[in-house]
Amino acid sequence: MKAYLGVDVGSISTKAVVADGDGQVLARSYLWTEGNPLRAVKRVLSELAEQVDAAHPDARVVAVGATGSARELIGAVLGAQVVKNEITAHAVGTLSRHADVRTIFEIGGQDSKIIIVRDGVPVDYAMNTLCAAGTGSFLSSQARRLDVPVEEFGDYALRSKKPTKIAGRCTVFAESDLVHKAQIGHPVEDIIAGLCNAIVGNYLNNVGKGKEILAPIVFQGGVSKNVGVVKSFEDATGEEVYVDDDGHLMGALGVALVARDEGVESLFDFAVRDVKFETVGEECGGCPNDCEVVLVLRDGEFIDGWGNRCARGMERVRTHLASSVESAVP
Amino acid sequence: MSRAGSEYRVSFPHMGNYTVPIVTLASMLDCEIMPPPKMTRRTLELGARYSPEFVCIPFKYNLGNYIEALDQGANLLFQAGGGCRFGYYGEVQEAILQDLGYEFEMVLLAGGFGVLEHYNKFKSRNPRLNMVRAIRHYRLAFRQTRALDRIEDFARRNAGFEVEEGAFDSAFDRFVGELAETRSIADVERVEAAYTEELRSIPVERPEGLLRVGIVGELYVLMEPFSNFFIERELARRGVEVHRYVNVSNMVDHGGRNKNRHLREIIGIADPYLRYHIGADGTESVATTNRLRQEGFDGVLHLKPFGCMPEVNAMSALQRLSREHTFPVLFISFDSQTSETGLATRLDAFCDMLRMRKRRLGA
Repeated sequence: MKAYLGVDVGSISTKAVVADGDGQVLARSYLWTEGNPLRAVKRVLSELAEQVDAAHPDARVVAVGATGSARELIGAVLGAQVVKNEITAHAVGTLSRHADVRTIFEIGGQDSKIIIVRDGVPVDYAMNTLCAAGTGSFLSSQARRLDVPVEEFGDYALRSKKPTKIAGRCTVFAESDLVHKAQIGHPVEDIIAGLCNAIVGNYLNNVGKGKEILAPIVFQGGVSKNVGVVKSFEDATGEEVYVDDDGHLMGALGVALVARDEGVESLFDFAVRDVKFETVGEECGGCPNDCEVVLVLRDGEFIDGWGNRCARGMERVRTHLASSVESAVP
Repeated sequence: MSRAGSEYRVSFPHMGNYTVPIVTLASMLDCEIMPPPKMTRRTLELGARYSPEFVCIPFKYNLGNYIEALDQGANLLFQAGGGCRFGYYGEVQEAILQDLGYEFEMVLLAGGFGVLEHYNKFKSRNPRLNMVRAIRHYRLAFRQTRALDRIEDFARRNAGFEVEEGAFDSAFDRFVGELAETRSIADVERVEAAYTEELRSIPVERPEGLLRVGIVGELYVLMEPFSNFFIERELARRGVEVHRYVNVSNMVDHGGRNKNRHLREIIGIADPYLRYHIGADGTESVATTNRLRQEGFDGVLHLKPFGCMPEVNAMSALQRLSREHTFPVLFISFDSQTSETGLATRLDAFCDMLRMRKRRLGA
């Protein structure tokens, strides 16, 4: 059976799926990126290989897609046929499960986006700019301050009868507002429910500004696992907000499907997880622009690089690197 | 007034390829002309370091250009102005540069394209200048501008489909080089004709159902490719036919005695999304977008510096237009913190979206 691998390496978490030709998920993996996308990808590959061996030994991965903020790097390492932006990947993934969706909310670790879909085609989208207020990392930093595990945030929020008003415009000010509300005696449930409302208010006023939000609405990304935020969205939009159990995997599933549709096949070997990959970065120094060039090496051999504005930059850095390696060898 | 014209070393901020006509104007001063060094990240770093944090991004680029020019020895700087914060760029930049200890004179040409007013400012720096010569320089500069805009427009619409990568860029660079050598209208006409022919002969393969996208918004980030991370080239690389209507030729055509008629015209096109003017070029952005929608374009990119008031005004009208006609408009703000990766993500997604939409509409 032909299968397709999709890997979504985000700022906070790394997601990967192996899907069959019909978009059914055969194996899934989800874990923290921990600032090391290469290691995270090796770990998800191990998990996927185990699941595939156990349940679908006849599956052969014939195409790979990469998405998420580390897509270039991971795409180069995996030899991916497709490297796609996360907005397209999420739209394709979600549409494969919910053909009738008209609005997709997505809140991840450091970004949030909205995709407007009409008649099964994305027609508009927006992504947060300049500021990470109202994203997953905002929630987890507030959770630390309140000493409540972020996984339990939703249950706390649902217990609240009177959510506290929290200023959600800016992460820093939200935090001082939250401290203030706690100091004057607001119960922690109400504060957490207030935080959920603040996130939703911020989202609808920023990325959602000016967009026509129509049901059916699908909500995904890590924050969609928080039932408190889901309820706040339902209160604010007056519509049912649907969260798929695989909602956090939609980017990975989407890019696997894009790789399938690309039609270029070559057998993928999970053993790539045992190969040594490393990256080296260097400022070019060829002109005052000082491009930061990054090279990806596979067992010490150059496989890809980026960051250069002009062709000379890549040459300079590669040559310099080669000579520094040579001079290090006695 | 103490200095003779020849002791001046004149400089000015970069804006796209308009260095050629600006040099033509500056040569009225009979002094050394030193355009600032090519824009790099260092230009922006310098500009941002000495600018107010919340000023719009063109201010920071301009200031960076001035500092790099002054460091090379320039002592006479030019600045224009417009109907927004641009109107006080010159005064504020002059004060900042003086505080930094530079010695220079600043000429402010704010207040439109009034030739007589400009003439007096040039004349006071070069007593040998006369009106006949000034007019000759102005006419040559305008003709060079027109040639630049026409050739660039053609390249912009076709570069995405060139068979040999970089063919348009390379021809365009040679064109700008030759245009810089022109000294008469006849020279310009000859160079323009030669390159029009050359550009038309570059082989292109235009696929079925290609994407046509217009870019609208604030003048500087539209016209200075460095400030928009070469967005036109990036779109072309994604196989898009790019159209832009904001350029200096159009600004000249729509200024002066044509101004009121043009304003009436664009408010008519922007109706019903705008019924009154919203400052600087905001109305233009809405009118152009509405026109491109009617002409069957696939989408529009709206570019502005972060915090640009006239273009922020335009956004709510554009959002309504986009919503009512499900016409894709992508909004992009630029400031010194803009990430190139974030921009690439948004452009990729926008082009994918337009393609999926087009396929569906065609089916």
